[in-house]
Amino acid sequence: MSTLTTDRTRPPQTTAGPPREAAPVPTGQAALLVAEREITTQVRAKSFIVSLIITLALVVVGIVAGGYFADRVGSPTPVATVAGAGVELEAVEGFEVTTATDMEAAVDLVRDEEVDAAIVPDETAPTGLRVIALSDPPGDVLQALSVQPEVELLDTSTSRGLQVLISAVFGFLFMMFALGSGAMIVQNTVQEKQSRIVEILLSAVPPRALLAGKVLGNTAVAVGQMAVIGAVAVLTLMLTGQDDLLDLLTGPIAWFVVFFLFGFVLVAALFAAGASLVSRQEDTGVVMMPTMMLVMAPYFVVIFLGENALAMSIASYVPFSAPVAMPVRLFMGDAAWWEPILSLGVLALTAAAVIAVAARIYSGSLLRTGPRVSLREALQGF
Amino acid sequence: MLQVQGVDRFFGDHQVLTDVTFNVERGKLTGFVGGNGAGKTTTMRIILGVLGAHGGTVSLDGQVLDGRARRSFGYMPEERGLYPKMKAAEQLAYLARLHGYDRGEANDRARALLERLGLGERADDTLESLSLGNQQRVQIGAALVHDPQVLILDEPFSGLDPMAVEVVLGVLTEHAERGVPVLFSSHQLDVVERLSDRLVIIAGGQIRANGTAEQLRERHGVRRHQIVTAHDAGWVRQVPGVRLVELDGATAVFEGGDQVAQQVLARAIQQDTVLSFGPVHASLSEIFKDIVIDEEPQEEAA
Repeated sequence: MSTLTTDRTRPPQTTAGPPREAAPVPTGQAALLVAEREITTQVRAKSFIVSLIITLALVVVGIVAGGYFADRVGSPTPVATVAGAGVELEAVEGFEVTTATDMEAAVDLVRDEEVDAAIVPDETAPTGLRVIALSDPPGDVLQALSVQPEVELLDTSTSRGLQVLISAVFGFLFMMFALGSGAMIVQNTVQEKQSRIVEILLSAVPPRALLAGKVLGNTAVAVGQMAVIGAVAVLTLMLTGQDDLLDLLTGPIAWFVVFFLFGFVLVAALFAAGASLVSRQEDTGVVMMPTMMLVMAPYFVVIFLGENALAMSIASYVPFSAPVAMPVRLFMGDAAWWEPILSLGVLALTAAAVIAVAARIYSGSLLRTGPRVSLREALQGF
Repeated sequence: MLQVQGVDRFFGDHQVLTDVTFNVERGKLTGFVGGNGAGKTTTMRIILGVLGAHGGTVSLDGQVLDGRARRSFGYMPEERGLYPKMKAAEQLAYLARLHGYDRGEANDRARALLERLGLGERADDTLESLSLGNQQRVQIGAALVHDPQVLILDEPFSGLDPMAVEVVLGVLTEHAERGVPVLFSSHQLDVVERLSDRLVIIAGGQIRANGTAEQLRERHGVRRHQIVTAHDAGWVRQVPGVRLVELDGATAVFEGGDQVAQQVLARAIQQDTVLSFGPVHASLSEIFKDIVIDEEPQEEAA
């Protein structure tokens, strides 16, 4: 057992560089360091990259497929004309015009089903034109050639169908990201508590910094993912020539991003505080339930109460549903210019208050192990 | 010098620490010994400030510790915990940065320390891919990476092979020699006896003994004598006042004080040839066992 003998006469060596004392880290900087770690470890995880790629693929496929089917419905009708017929069908959308050399050639095109109809000059007809088709009168051609009175629509607000779609998309995105990141926050917090690394961390930085960093990091990851998905969606829309939809959405999307940011911070703080109350992954369900309900609520509100103006107005001010309800109202043109600002103010104040309480709970319960810590105990500190 | 003074702590109605008082001197390795549930970890967590005390103070060089002073402490908790999916060097660099080192310096320190702990080649492996013993070394690194002013280590040697014990001991000794008070706990007394300069023994939430191994033996050890004669020494037990501890042919170990020992010696010279005679010290484990067992009934009564 000679390897066990202690050699106390060994000359002193420095273990790691010169013994220089580092300055203590201010809370803000510590929070940024914590956030940086949250971001880098999540972004580097294989599961994160795979799920992002799958989401992106779904977005692209969805948009391309949507565009394809939209095209199919309004695919241009092939027609033939004879040179000198004097028909300017090219100017009318929805027609693919083939110019035949003479009338016989045009009729052959109809017979061969190359075109749906042929439009040829006929001096005997009052319009000066004759439409030749195979077996059925071609409705869309006739409609295009007939003279229609000007139509004025009094209600120009966006259609109900589009509202449902936009609500569903906003609501779903918020719910998906809030739940996904929420689960991540809960898992990380409990893992840190369970593995007791939290004791080492807290011997270096205050609990506030830890909470702030966690919320900040996860918000950045979620918003970053949103931005990537948004950019890919916009790019795909443009490449597939569907950019007219973009004009309608730009404003509401910008608001949605801002609301999402604050709403997300609020939800993240709640998840972190809840997670700090338990010590084991098995116990997380109980404390997560209330927050999960709050996160899922806006989705159902905008889907089921979307037509009820009063309900939507209220929902657009309630901090948890505002991130979804307010952008939808803006999209529908239902909200005055000051409403999103007021609602955002309410949301931001709520988020600040929740963070303050969450920091208290977090500090009071982070080092507790064993059974679940009650809220009252956590708020009283240890 | 780190001073723990009159610390009390309750969990609910149950008092787990009673008037815990001891010092951790600079330049010395102080071993903290006690059985399971004796109060070692609770005491260490109170020193670190991760747990509050219900009475008493912890001070460094006469200054009562606050959160700021404790930032410069190095701590290895009882339950090992680092991020399993982070690389060893990254974890240590992260902790160094939390303690205020900039990115470059934190990286250099982390790598140098892992090298010193014999993990230079595994620095870029994730923690979960390392063996338990190597994870333990990284854990020790986590306590050392910011060049702490005080070191508190809960069971740093458990689970290490003899070579690793040697490496870790070397690193801790270096820190102690630089004037850092080092306190480490263990439930294995032989480890502490061999590795530390001073011992603090805790049982039932109270400090039972405190000092160098030599002092503890003198203070708490029962004096014993050993006699080796040419022939069978079985007769020793017939000497009045002798309590025979061990008899092996011509060798006898007995208790009974100096007076009795003189009588045994006189009789041995009279009837046999004395090959050797002298006092023997009880091992620390025996003292430890005595101290803890003696106090057990009190603890139950309390």
